[in-house]
Amino acid sequence: MALTVDERLEELWEEEPGLGSVLSTVDHKSIGKHYIYTAFAFFLAGGVEALLMRTQLARPDLHLIGPEAFNELFSMHGITMIFFFVTPMLFGFGNYFVPLLIGARDMAFPRLNAFGYWIFLFAGLFMYSSFLIGRAPNDGWFNYVTLSNHQFTPALNIDYYTLGLVFLGISTTVGSINFIVTILKLRAPGMSLNRMPLFVWAILATSFSVVFALPSLTMANVMLELDRRAGFNFFNVAKGGDAILWQHLFWIFGHPDVYIIFLPAVGIVSSIVPVFSRRKIIGYLWLALATMTTAIIGFGVWVHHMFATGLPTLSMAFFSAASMLITIPSAIQIFAWLATIIAGKPVFKTPFLFVLGFLFVFVIGGVTGVMFAAVPFDQQITDSYFVVAHFHYVLFGGAVFPIFAAIYYWVPKMWGHLLHEGLGKLSFWLIFVGFNLTFFPMHILGLLGMPRRIYTYHAGLGWDGYNLAASIGSSVLALGILVVLVNFLLYGLRRGAPAGPDPWGGDSLEWATSSPPPAYNFVEIPKVQGTEPLWDQPELRDIGFRARDVEMTLAEGHDTMGTTVVDAEPESVLTMPEATYTPIVTAFGISVVFVGFLTLLLPIIVLGGVIAIGGMMAWLRPKELPE
Amino acid sequence: MSAVEADPGRTGSRTQPTGLLAGPGNVTGGKSTAWWGMVLLIFTEATFFAILLTTYWYIRFSHGPVWPPDGIEKPSLFLISIMTPILLLSSAPMHWAETGIKKGRTGRLKVGLFVTFAMGATFLIMQGFEYHDLVKEFTPRTDVYGTLFFTITGFHGLHVLIGLLMNMWIQYYAWRGRFTAERYTHVEVVAMYWHFVDAVWVFILASLYLAPHF
Repeated sequence: MALTVDERLEELWEEEPGLGSVLSTVDHKSIGKHYIYTAFAFFLAGGVEALLMRTQLARPDLHLIGPEAFNELFSMHGITMIFFFVTPMLFGFGNYFVPLLIGARDMAFPRLNAFGYWIFLFAGLFMYSSFLIGRAPNDGWFNYVTLSNHQFTPALNIDYYTLGLVFLGISTTVGSINFIVTILKLRAPGMSLNRMPLFVWAILATSFSVVFALPSLTMANVMLELDRRAGFNFFNVAKGGDAILWQHLFWIFGHPDVYIIFLPAVGIVSSIVPVFSRRKIIGYLWLALATMTTAIIGFGVWVHHMFATGLPTLSMAFFSAASMLITIPSAIQIFAWLATIIAGKPVFKTPFLFVLGFLFVFVIGGVTGVMFAAVPFDQQITDSYFVVAHFHYVLFGGAVFPIFAAIYYWVPKMWGHLLHEGLGKLSFWLIFVGFNLTFFPMHILGLLGMPRRIYTYHAGLGWDGYNLAASIGSSVLALGILVVLVNFLLYGLRRGAPAGPDPWGGDSLEWATSSPPPAYNFVEIPKVQGTEPLWDQPELRDIGFRARDVEMTLAEGHDTMGTTVVDAEPESVLTMPEATYTPIVTAFGISVVFVGFLTLLLPIIVLGGVIAIGGMMAWLRPKELPE
Repeated sequence: MSAVEADPGRTGSRTQPTGLLAGPGNVTGGKSTAWWGMVLLIFTEATFFAILLTTYWYIRFSHGPVWPPDGIEKPSLFLISIMTPILLLSSAPMHWAETGIKKGRTGRLKVGLFVTFAMGATFLIMQGFEYHDLVKEFTPRTDVYGTLFFTITGFHGLHVLIGLLMNMWIQYYAWRGRFTAERYTHVEVVAMYWHFVDAVWVFILASLYLAPHF
């Protein structure tokens, strides 16, 4: 019997449902959802750590939590939020939406994509298993030597940190390489670089930053681990090593990482602003250029994290100037968004409210950021609560508000149900008020001299009221996040009104297919003619459902289209791999290797190595020739 | 297998765009996705080496005038002047193998891979002899110089080893006849990796072996 094209595609692309499919899937949409679920679980864990700290700091001289536990809490809070929540969450949205936005059927390397997810999950479990033996990392998220060397922290706390981050780095690196190749090679015909959605630009910039920045963190951690476990001398001053070297290597990664976190969030904002302003984005070219410029300048400012370490004045002057320079692309972006909103007819739905919240909070964080670029000011307030206030305004404002915007914007596409608008608005106001109540008083606390990372303080220093306000604010914030969760579980997963293909009147290709999209994304690979394909080409609205041009359905095999890097001219038909267990087996083997390095047991390392190499060989083996 | 049919009234005989052939990530035009993936892996790997060499120079310049410190001899150039040409020239048979299989010459592929393997393995064995002598004088634990020397050369040696394992692995499939003039992506990316491992050695040689003599 003859099949229609969509039935044929269904047969080719659908994976068997069930547990096996969860473990073996290579579908970018399933993997994207796995990333989002897992990252959100880490967000809740990091949130609980924050609430425990705020409870301890609510009143002076409290002793609910001792100093040792407090050190572990603030370290794990930072590690979790930066490494295990924000980046994986944004990678999750990237995984789900980059192929949809560029009109492809999957990522360039679907198995590598699955592998990256499993490594992320296993690295997170590895890091969190440290709590089970009461030895969580306790030297802060930037883990400065000499406190983190063997002499001052002999226990496993720091080994969990170094090994856990090297482990996680594998995931971030392969994920980024996958994004770059996908974006460069799998774009729909006609989607030349200057027509790419801004979210895709942002993911591209972020991924390049990861490729060049992450090795510095990984190498620093390898060096520290060699120092700690094998008696090497990288950071051992007595044998000619250098303690400041750690700070350089950490921040050569660490500052680009701020943009690795921030840029995809910016991409989300650039996607949402035009849709809810009901007009084309103003300054598309400027926004794309600002994205790339930020990523590049981000590599030249790391020393502003080290102004208080006693570096030469000349180098501080250079990095101070570079740090001020980076405000230019940020300002361009802010003004382009504001212009779009002002020139449009804004519709104040929940995703848009979170974007407005982002603009407000992020500008405050940006202003305090410029203050840090001034060396004397920085030296005065370094390591005070002013820093804590600043980076929460930048990171929570710059990344978490856009993530919530993305949840309200894209969950209807991913699960097919609209979230509840009333609960959405309630959650926004709780989060907005709670956030500012928590973190604004910290500016004042910092100026009053309260150092960061202290587990308690005496009464009568003038800090009590501000700390109490911050602690109350943190509960309001937590309540807001809980409302988002309830909204998702209740309405997003089942009770919400059906979303339909395009609930917001969007401009980009993900809205041209059903919600949730079929396994093959689009029946027909679209031919794109502009930056807002769905607004400019109404004929594309049904590419998810029926084929107009049979040649563009690629229904002969498990295929998607390869195009040229700059102009996206059709170039080749790429046959995509089927579901397989090799990525999870390889990832498991690598996990065993890391457990082996933690416990220093050679047989475990060898066993893990054999599993990982076996998995990889099965995964990458050349296919048999067709007869 | 069932026939493919579009919407009523839109039935067409072909379902592939004109001029494009289906193939497993292979070359109907442009480079394969695997080629791009390897380019990016090499970018990130090159950054690893750049970080290590930057660390070396950072420590060296902040360490004072005597380098190597603590009475350690300047690195001997004898073994290395044999090892270096062997490693660098090993790229030639690899290239010969790769261009061979692109013309469908499987014999050239097998011979070229084997010669490359032998040369790479010779380099690694000689590095073993060099280490054997050096550890009598200093180890990574001796001081920061020993740490840097053994970490950087060892990290490079590890990459040579990975290159050799990949070489062995594709030799196996070369003998099984899995590569043809149309299907050679594995050979292409392994060759690229090998050239990278060779090229990066030049920077290590210059920084660790030659620079201390000037």
